[in-house]
Amino acid sequence: MAKSVIVYSTPTCPWCIRVKQFLKENNILFLDWDVSVDQAAADEMIKKSGQMGVPVLDIDGQIIVGFDKEKIKAALGV
Amino acid sequence: MINIMHIYDLIIIGAGPAGITASVYAARKKLDFLVVSLDIGGQTAWSGDIENYTGYQFITGPELTQKFQEHMRKYDIALKENEEVLGLEKTGEIFLVKTSKADYQAHSVIIASGKKSRELGVPGEKEFKNRGLTYCATCDGPLFTGKVVAVIGGGNSALDAALQLMKIAKHVYIINNTGRLAGDAIMLQKAQEAGNVTILNNHQVSAVLGDKFVRAIKIKNKDQEKELAVEGVFVEIGLIPNSGFLKDIEKNAANEININLSNQTNVPGVFAAGDVTNVLEKQIIIAAGEGSKAALSAFRYLAQKKF
Repeated sequence: MAKSVIVYSTPTCPWCIRVKQFLKENNILFLDWDVSVDQAAADEMIKKSGQMGVPVLDIDGQIIVGFDKEKIKAALGV
Repeated sequence: MINIMHIYDLIIIGAGPAGITASVYAARKKLDFLVVSLDIGGQTAWSGDIENYTGYQFITGPELTQKFQEHMRKYDIALKENEEVLGLEKTGEIFLVKTSKADYQAHSVIIASGKKSRELGVPGEKEFKNRGLTYCATCDGPLFTGKVVAVIGGGNSALDAALQLMKIAKHVYIINNTGRLAGDAIMLQKAQEAGNVTILNNHQVSAVLGDKFVRAIKIKNKDQEKELAVEGVFVEIGLIPNSGFLKDIEKNAANEININLSNQTNVPGVFAAGDVTNVLEKQIIIAAGEGSKAALSAFRYLAQKKF
């Protein structure tokens, strides 16, 4: 079954762009929350990750901060 | 000991404009090479609007990075991303590049590792990184909507951050350790007219305070030290070259790698290009040009040595 993937990001951060690019290359569907305009999503991201840096990924409940390719691959099983 | 590790013709360290351009030239020369980099695009990826890269009258940093990547993908280039180079050693005429994940060997090396944000070096800085303290206003700024924030620095990058933040933050303090801001007059005027920007000249940050997130900074001038309640700290105090992993390569007082007109360093076989070097101007287009020069010089070196 496909995993639930949420990306919390801002439109201007390069690592956010890389993360989304990487997910698309691997044909992973994801929810894309723009925390620069969505305050509720921003609060949720800070609560989940305990920090304020973007991007944050929530892969089936596993929180990954930043574009950590190896961790993301492992969490996705790709 | 028998050497079983593959020996590349060339290893390129870094994938900003210099490293990527070097890789395109190396691919066209059909060299057997590897690119090792922490990120792609380097400072270009963090840039806002670019209006001086020939061929593009206007392009954003992320878009130009995307173009660089597409150009790289046209060739079958081996790229190790997310790997930080920790050391460069030479044995005979073979170089050993040590990264956070593996070791690689090559007959020549191009260092194009660029620059990174300078840190404040005060207590609390590391602890509160991404917990209210950030080095990228463009990326993380939007998370500080309606909050009181401080920008540390006095140059154009500090003013640029302040101008972005004043539109969304409740109040912006600019903490500058000299007598006046060094940024462009037109930017300074915008900040002064904003109404929610306070400039504190002759002040230094001595600590970042908080519990889970930033709560305040300690600032001092020649007379006193006081706490300033802020929830965001944006550090914009310039850049330093990523040259710390190099021990035997000659550098200048600013820790930039000294190169000659053909991008050679003091060590034969080691070339360098872009912002990590002592090249006079730090521009995307110059870094790209320097990358191509370095690749052609490396190609010439390999041909002469008959590797």
